[in-house]
Amino acid sequence: MKKIITLVFMMACAAPAVALAAGPAKPLDRANIDMTDTASLQRGAEYFFQYCIGCHSIQYKRYNRMGNDLGLSEDQLRERFIHTRDAAGDQTGVGELIKIAMKPDDAESWFGQPAPDLSLTARLRGPDWIYTVLRSFYLDDSRPMGVNNAIFEAMSMPHVLWELQGWQANVGEEGHIKLEKVAEGKLTTEEYNEVVRDITNFLTYAADPVKVERHELGKWVLLFLAFFTFVAYLLKKEYWRDVH
Amino acid sequence: MRALVDWIDARYPLTKTWNEHLAEYYAPKNFNFWYYFGSLAVLVLVIQLVSGIFLTMFYKPDAQLAFASVEYIMRDVEWGWFIRYMHTTGASAFFIVVYLHMFRALLYGSYKRPRELIWIIGVAIYLVLMAEAFAGYMLPWGQMSYWGAQVIVNLFNTIPVVGGDLVTWIRGDFLISDATLNRFFALHVVALPLVLVMLVFVHIVALHAVGSNNPDGVEIKKFTGSNGHPADGIPFHPYYTVKDLFGFGVFLILFFAVVFFAPEAGGYFIEKANFQMANPMVTPDQIHPVWYFGTFYTVLRAVPDPFLGVLLMFGAVLILFFLPWIDRNPIKSWRYRGTIHKFNIVFFGLTFVVLGYLGLKPVEPFYAELGLRLTAVYLLFFFVLWFHSKPRSSLFSWLSFLVLVGGYTYWDYLRLEAGVDQTLLVAMWFIPTVYLVICLLLPLYTQLNEEKPVPARVTS
Repeated sequence: MKKIITLVFMMACAAPAVALAAGPAKPLDRANIDMTDTASLQRGAEYFFQYCIGCHSIQYKRYNRMGNDLGLSEDQLRERFIHTRDAAGDQTGVGELIKIAMKPDDAESWFGQPAPDLSLTARLRGPDWIYTVLRSFYLDDSRPMGVNNAIFEAMSMPHVLWELQGWQANVGEEGHIKLEKVAEGKLTTEEYNEVVRDITNFLTYAADPVKVERHELGKWVLLFLAFFTFVAYLLKKEYWRDVH
Repeated sequence: MRALVDWIDARYPLTKTWNEHLAEYYAPKNFNFWYYFGSLAVLVLVIQLVSGIFLTMFYKPDAQLAFASVEYIMRDVEWGWFIRYMHTTGASAFFIVVYLHMFRALLYGSYKRPRELIWIIGVAIYLVLMAEAFAGYMLPWGQMSYWGAQVIVNLFNTIPVVGGDLVTWIRGDFLISDATLNRFFALHVVALPLVLVMLVFVHIVALHAVGSNNPDGVEIKKFTGSNGHPADGIPFHPYYTVKDLFGFGVFLILFFAVVFFAPEAGGYFIEKANFQMANPMVTPDQIHPVWYFGTFYTVLRAVPDPFLGVLLMFGAVLILFFLPWIDRNPIKSWRYRGTIHKFNIVFFGLTFVVLGYLGLKPVEPFYAELGLRLTAVYLLFFFVLWFHSKPRSSLFSWLSFLVLVGGYTYWDYLRLEAGVDQTLLVAMWFIPTVYLVICLLLPLYTQLNEEKPVPARVTS
């Protein structure tokens, strides 16, 4: 009978595993990010605040939290990261949320819709998705921005990083997408992949800033609980000595 | 210290209560693994209440602010992420623990005389828990919060005549909106927890009045030892308090492993779509309730007629209330019931799990057909339970079998005419049919449902 019970349990546990095994239809490249790599996070932040922040906010995140987590001083934040001003015309404070200056109405008329806030994109779609999308733009005259995306079809985003990557074209047969580089950018493919990896790393951090700390702390909590449970077990054994 | 206790005892039955419910509450000494889940449910309830109070300090029940306030808790509130992950993990843990607790009752017949009322109160707790979880799931105001609520609330729309007005009344608006969020917040943090705590209290009082069942399903009160207490019983405190303390330890290891290392639990405890703020203009690709409602969601979708589906879904939950009068077999524990009864229980458990899994899947022909057949098994389980209450004649067995199988086969015939995939239909037809052959006919021709003598006292 125990075996049957065990079997029921295994089945119950296996169900989610089966669900996890089935991924999205189009294969994503692995981002292989390392959230403990502060240098990579800093570079990712630099790229983000250079190329992305014009349109994309991280509105649930604060500048100084980012500064603390990434080892950036308040002066560095003011100098290199805070590009917006408040109503009085002063530079936005370091304790403020990372918002953008672009008005949603303007964004809508320029791009068809405002660029989404990226605070939680890494948790919504996963780091691999970000990593792959940023490397999958290709020239397409039928699109308003002149580019399409192999992962996110009919994306309204222009290829902001073209200057770094260069241009890709779709050389696949009808209905299939196969990308090939047709114009060189400032960086080699490997260098560009590293840049995108850093940006992905930064966005993954931004979506779940406490993750590294959480894992670190979790080890100690579980270690304590294992000890607690062991003591509780000995206590139980001692008390139950006279029952059986 | 003694003087203080005496002073209180003169004014309040402190020592009396302590003794009646802990120090001198005699529980059977043979509790096994399955008996951890009652006290674990209390532990999870406490976790939910305490973490919930802290969340309420920072959460804003306002459609404009709710989503941002949750992110504020996750990022800016000291230890906010910890409190919230405990609450989200606790919600799922609550259902895992409660489902195992209920399954225990099935295994050992804990719902049978004289514990019918404990069972009924328990099912009421389960219903309130479902309402509580549903209301709570709306509060983060993510996409799945919004659209999940949309689907569930619209179920009432299928009720003839009053449905439309009823839905408007529930929402407090013509669509899920700020008004709905506010009232669900009130229900989630005040009304339902209050009812929940009161019901749990009554559940435990009722339990302690009649005494606990045990894996052998025998009444320990029948044999009293020299001290006037049940010979096979041991005081709950300290024996089961220390044992449950160990159970708490094991549970908390699993619980905090999720909290710290996998709070989303692969998208099951926190669904991906909920990382996006509710948007009434954009429907997510797939709308499904959280995993713990999956079983009943599949039952709902199993039949094509919406109102029938709703009735079936509520029926699948409400039938649990009648369990003590459905299963009239005098033997409580499955240990002394026949092999076929054991099969019936285990297969029901499996059916429940698979139905739950199907509830999270899109409606594809294969899943839909499997869901339909397993829904039939879910409902037939209760018939079989009643059927096994006593030995049945071969005439009655065959008659029951033919009527049941004939009933759904006729419906299948109608579905075939409506153009359902034939191979799939015929293949899946075997699921309930083989189930019924085993449960209704096999007892006639084999010894597999022979019951064993029940010992007078507990066996270990």
